[in-house]
Order: sequence, then C-alpha cells, then structure tokens
Amino acid sequence: MVLTEDKKRAAFRALEDRILNGAGRASPEQRARAFSNAGLSQPLDGLLGSVATRPAQVTDADFATARAAGLSEDELFELVICAAVGQSARLYDAGLAALDDAAEEDG
Amino acid sequence: MRLDVLNNGYRPGTKLLFALIRLVSRRPVPDAAKLVFYRSDFYGSRAKKFTHEAMRGPSAWSVGDRELMAAYVSKVNESVFCISAHSATARRAYQDELKVAAVLADLESAPVEDGLRATLRMLGKLTREGTVGAEDMRQVLSAGVSRQQVEDALAICAAFNTTNRLADAFGFEVLSPEDFEAGAKFLLKRGYR
Repeated sequence: MVLTEDKKRAAFRALEDRILNGAGRASPEQRARAFSNAGLSQPLDGLLGSVATRPAQVTDADFATARAAGLSEDELFELVICAAVGQSARLYDAGLAALDDAAEEDG
Repeated sequence: MRLDVLNNGYRPGTKLLFALIRLVSRRPVPDAAKLVFYRSDFYGSRAKKFTHEAMRGPSAWSVGDRELMAAYVSKVNESVFCISAHSATARRAYQDELKVAAVLADLESAPVEDGLRATLRMLGKLTREGTVGAEDMRQVLSAGVSRQQVEDALAICAAFNTTNRLADAFGFEVLSPEDFEAGAKFLLKRGYR
C-alpha cells in the first residue's frame, strides 16, 4: 500500500533534502556520513555517534576534540544537525514501515 | 551554547531583533529560539515549518496531546531543556498540572485515555530502541487510534528527536521556571513558525 505523502512528511523531506544536498561548508559526503552515522572517521565519530545514539551525554570535550582536528564551527553546526536529523529520519521511517506492515496484515 | 557561532555569530539585524525581544519581554532569548536564526536557510526555516506542521497543523490530536508527546519523547531522551519547555506548554494547554507530571512519572498508571497511552508507549519504544514492529502498531490501532493519528504522532516523534539532540549537543541553557512558563505561553499563542 502506498501512502500519499502528507504535509508533515513532505516538510520533513524538505529539511532532509536541504541539509544533505544544498550548499554547505561541510562536504556533501561528510554530511551524508553524519546523517547515516556510518563511515565516520575519528574524532568525528565520537561526537556525531553520541548525537545520534546518546545525545544527553555529549560533552564540551567532544567538541574540543573535533575542533582540534581542524573542523570549523560552521562545519560542526552542519554535521551535528545532519546527525540529529538522520537519526530522526530512521525513527520516522521505521515507524511508518511498521504502520504499513500492521495495515497490510489487516487488509 | 557549545558553538561560539550560536552565541555570537548572528547578523546585525538578528542581533537587533534579539535585543528587542529581551527589552520587550524582559527575559533572555531562549537558545531554542536562537538556533533557528543561525544560517536559517540551512536548518531553521525548514525545521520551523516541519515542527509547526507537526505541532499545530491539522490533526485529530489536541495541542495538549501533542505537547505531551513532545515532553514524553524528551523524557525518554533525557533532554532536560525540552522536558521543561514542553511539560510547561502541555500543562498550560490542558489547564491541568497533574496529568503531565503523572504521565512523565509513570505512563501506565497516569490518568489518560487508552489511545493516548498506547501512542506514547509506542513513541517511547521507538525512541529508546530505534525501532518498532507491526505488533506495536496493532496495539495502538486497537486502542482506537486512527492510522492518520499514528502518522501525526510519528511526525512529532521525528521533530522532537531532532530538537532533543540539538538541545543536548549544542548545550541549550536551562531557563528559570518563570522563563519556561513565558516560553510556553508564546508557543501556545504563536506556535513554532
């Protein structure tokens, strides 16, 4: 069953598309890795992995380490956003897929 | 906030706006509000649109229910700023002090309708474990929640999983109870646009 894309989902997709494919200070490849929380190299994997999976435990030291590796404030701004929206996208998709599965079994 | 650009990197016009807000409201500009002004073409403008649509757009869920979902997701993520902000907004929307506190303390014994309880339970599992299955969704649907309501709740879940992460990663400064109340009043009047 294919759902019509509602306004809420369309607005989320627009955000996703902008942060991944629009202009930015971090490269599109870096943003894609931050978004998918995969293939990140040290030290970014520490900060961005925490943003994705245990955000309450992000520390000043995580940012200091990333800065020391040469990342600018604007790159960090973008990559943290990509990591946050990426995890949220996975949750959104998992929820919608489970809803589809439940509807299919019923119908 | 942990990035200097989020404290000081705003354009002159935005700085003036912040000064005006401080002057008129006699309160600090919350970090949540500041964030959406920084390079708003990258994140803020689309994030506001999505969050407003999820929280104030057409839905069978009341504004109070939606703010409670935001507070509940924030609780699961242990996001202190967002728990306070959206508990205050849900309390004000419901005009009920106890309901919100009861849900955040113990969902299963809280005095809420079965459909809302089942929905919050599913959002909690999705946020905590990263996934849910068809059986989780069937439990929500069989509690009388429509398919569209589940979709609406999933949008709120996505909006607040994003906001919680940014609040905690960027280090939003926790406000005083009075300032959170003022923020709640603003969010009920103006929404997230």
